[in-house]
Amino acid sequence: MAGEVVLLNFWPSLFGLRVRIALAEKGIKYESKEEDLSNKSPLLLEMNPIIKQIPVLIHNGKPVCESLIIVQYIDEVWNDKSPLLPSDPYQRAQARFWADFVDKKVYVASRKVWRPKREEQEEGKKEFLETLKTMEGELGDKPYFGGETFGYVDISLIPFYSWFHAYKVLDNINMEAECPKIIAWAKRCMQKEAVAKTFPDPKKVYEFVAQTRKKYVSA
Amino acid sequence: MADEVVLLDFWPSMFGMRVRIALAEKGIEYEYKEEDLGNKSPLLLQMNPIHKKIPVLIHNGKPVCESLIIVQYIDEVWKDRSPLLPTDPYQRAHARFWADYVDKKVYEVSRKIWTSKGEEKEAGKKEFFEIFKTLEGELGDKPYFGAETFGFVDLSLIPFYSWFYAIETFGEFNMEAECPKIVAWAKRYLQKETVAKTLPDQKKVYEFVGQMRKRFGLE
Repeated sequence: MAGEVVLLNFWPSLFGLRVRIALAEKGIKYESKEEDLSNKSPLLLEMNPIIKQIPVLIHNGKPVCESLIIVQYIDEVWNDKSPLLPSDPYQRAQARFWADFVDKKVYVASRKVWRPKREEQEEGKKEFLETLKTMEGELGDKPYFGGETFGYVDISLIPFYSWFHAYKVLDNINMEAECPKIIAWAKRCMQKEAVAKTFPDPKKVYEFVAQTRKKYVSA
Repeated sequence: MADEVVLLDFWPSMFGMRVRIALAEKGIEYEYKEEDLGNKSPLLLQMNPIHKKIPVLIHNGKPVCESLIIVQYIDEVWKDRSPLLPTDPYQRAHARFWADYVDKKVYEVSRKIWTSKGEEKEAGKKEFFEIFKTLEGELGDKPYFGAETFGFVDLSLIPFYSWFYAIETFGEFNMEAECPKIVAWAKRYLQKETVAKTLPDQKKVYEFVGQMRKRFGLE
């Protein structure tokens, strides 16, 4: 179960952050290797030749790719503590459904906020907020998406919180006003050590996002 | 385990076929309900309010959505026979990666071929061949993607076989010439009664696609 664990990552990546939170929840020691995505390392290209993206978890020399697949792998291998997915098959299917929704809808919409044209940005914002409101509906009155405890769906979504400051400053999205339940839930997650110690500094994220945006958006 | 199992589906759907095959493999009796996607039933809208899509598995009144999530659910609930995923976590992560690759790549590129013409179609074909060469690379010399027996990845891909005749005819190429290993794999897999009985006839699918093309103004 122990063995050598290496994570190929890129610090602002939402997907990489999911894996880092899962590793922290399980108390797994690992070596983190930062990738320069404009100059991918031979190791990354060898370990993920198909998609050539981070994150990649390398466990005893063998790669696991795609963040949600990695998180499930971590949960199944280190299954002696802090379960991330429910044990009941129906609950597990629901958890997978919502994490998949985050990938297919929330993430895709979040990218549209930075489309080149103004009207497209407004449309993107609207869509992004709608997906987060849908997540609020799913959260309901529960403290976490996982119910009483932090779990798979929480892990899939919480990394977006690291980008909210950037969205506020650059795109004028007031999340507190638009999605108060999401903000309350995110702050609750941030009280967890595994989340707090892995989360990047929102100011650093903002600087990174501001720089990257210049490439895509006509001020 | 006196179960009520209902499947909301649409006969040419590759995603629905995955679920039908999984149910057949496990020998599960179920009620099949054909949906008219131009006039979705109240039941479908109630059971899948988020995506409003088929397939939806309704098990004892509770819905499970998204084909690969449904297949994993079926595998976990009816775990006493015909395992669809490997037991080893690393093999499982590997299977999930490739099923996810099929999901992200094969449907879109196939659709590009039968919904476009001219340069766009040629670009779609080029991409299609690349994706299938990648899949052939993963298959290697194994009889199935799952190695000695078929598994999750085989199941995720085989429904596209029922669309091969339509895709190659409208795409103006020969599948067996371009992707011989995949065709050989498919024919091997089709020797299984559960698959042969479940997949619709290629000519029927071809006629269906022809009708769709008329609607898109391509014929």
